[in-house]
Amino acid sequence: MAATLPPPRLLPSGDSAVTVEFSRTIDEDANQRVLALDKALAASPIDGITETVPTYRSLLVHYDPGKIGFDALGEKILAIATQPLPPVTKARRWRIPVAYGGEHGIDLEDVAKALGTTPDDIVARHVGGDYKVAMIGFTPGWSYLSGLDKSLHMSRRQNPRLLTPAGTISIGGVQAGIQCLAAPSGWHLLGRTPVRTYQLHRNPTFLTEPGDRVTFFAIDHKTFEEMDRAAEAGEIIAEQVVA
Amino acid sequence: MSRLVVPSIGPASSVQDGGRFGAQRYGLTVSGAMDRLSLAAANTLVGNEPFAAAVEIGPFGASFTARDGAVRVALSGAPRNADVAGNPVAMDTSVTLKDGETLTLGFARGGAFTYLAIEGAIKGEPVFGSLAVNARAGLGSPYPRPLQAGDEFTVDAASGAPELRIELPKPASGPIRVVLGPQDDEFDEANKALFLNSEWKISATSDRMGYRLEGPAIKHLHGHNIVSDGTVNGSIQVPGNGAPIALMMDRGTSGGYPKIATVITADIGRLAQTSAGTAFRFKAVSISEAQDEARKFAQLIRSLPDRLRSSDTVALNIEALSDANVAGYAVSAVDAGTWQVAAEP
Repeated sequence: MAATLPPPRLLPSGDSAVTVEFSRTIDEDANQRVLALDKALAASPIDGITETVPTYRSLLVHYDPGKIGFDALGEKILAIATQPLPPVTKARRWRIPVAYGGEHGIDLEDVAKALGTTPDDIVARHVGGDYKVAMIGFTPGWSYLSGLDKSLHMSRRQNPRLLTPAGTISIGGVQAGIQCLAAPSGWHLLGRTPVRTYQLHRNPTFLTEPGDRVTFFAIDHKTFEEMDRAAEAGEIIAEQVVA
Repeated sequence: MSRLVVPSIGPASSVQDGGRFGAQRYGLTVSGAMDRLSLAAANTLVGNEPFAAAVEIGPFGASFTARDGAVRVALSGAPRNADVAGNPVAMDTSVTLKDGETLTLGFARGGAFTYLAIEGAIKGEPVFGSLAVNARAGLGSPYPRPLQAGDEFTVDAASGAPELRIELPKPASGPIRVVLGPQDDEFDEANKALFLNSEWKISATSDRMGYRLEGPAIKHLHGHNIVSDGTVNGSIQVPGNGAPIALMMDRGTSGGYPKIATVITADIGRLAQTSAGTAFRFKAVSISEAQDEARKFAQLIRSLPDRLRSSDTVALNIEALSDANVAGYAVSAVDAGTWQVAAEP
């Protein structure tokens, strides 16, 4: 028998959810454990759990306190979460086009200034990254990516913007993101993609899954317009690379 | 079938039900009624399932007209003046609009959201099991956006069932109860105490996504950047400027600001119905107390059918009378039988 893993922290998120926290930072091993626990709970459901939400470092487990209490649920989760991890399965990769700067990336110049370099250099560092979809959240299809170049790590804005455009490609803290719908955001906006990670009447409705790999490539603003029209018509603009 | 048309309606009004669960893992917001008890009470009055789709009416006025037949409706939630052809309609009662009759609602007097349930419920195309409007994601049916004047619903013709009222327990007063966490360890004892011991007001910039709280700035122990993790209805996050935001039904499914506390299930509707500018406080309770309260709240919703009464048994409704007077109408107890409202001076 393989040794059991250290237990995650069980943090109450009110009376009907528990945050099962494997790490306080972005950590590849922690994310693997999150996704493994999520799979295990889907395969052998615990009565009372209504929904699970995997994130970078924790699994948020929604449950009905009328069916199971915090302590009883916590015990059952810990028993599963400390088991050794199953082998990792192969990931698929998406190549995502991005129009950087100008009206599509209003913070690109400020980010370059803050980091003492040029906008082109910021783009090169962002395009150069090899990313993983660590989680999807906040609004439909918003894919949070791990793998951002360390030199691009910077604090979020003090005051979140009340509205940022659909398709925004942004960075915040140590994270990178693909945003699908217009939404409030405290992140720095570098560009926009015509790719819809969520589109209601398309099959699939949601393009990305936690665990997928992502790379970006730069497109000019004219190409953006063309791709945007195709995407609006339901085409999947992102290129899928079979690993 | 009848139609219920909307000649006029204020902003922040939309079709809502119990919410859209099961796809939070893809970032799909749950939405649903801001005050679930009032939604359930209104639905129960007209024989619907408690979390069937109904109209959530924001703080401003609205009117609804029956066409092509009679329509039976019920009101619950934030109190407001309501009448059909000058005859007042009480909150927490059902009423049948005859073909051509209009139910007119005034501004909310205290609270924000009133629910208009329609016998047979609102019909539409569910997405992920719900008709609830989520305007940002373009979801909701029959209208994937807030309601506008001129909208209409195709509804069941009124059954002719006798009108009912529902006896709800007096709403709890006192502080909004929270369970500390999940990131209360991102704040020191002094700032946790500042959060729990201060008076707060809801900012006028609040909406169904979040209620921004005005009060002292809450300082973080290690800065305001945490790695984004999952949110729930009632998560209270503290962004960099120190002004907490209580996340409501149109919240993002995850967020990257430390969450100092979470409003308990039983009190989220009360928070939702707290008017902008009204002072209130928070109080921390244990997880076991919060879960007891959640079970009681679920039991209250299950018990709603047992709380229905014939509306014939309504005695003089002193509260409704005083409400009416507060609104500036000259209504005396003597006129209670006719509910005739004096002409505007």
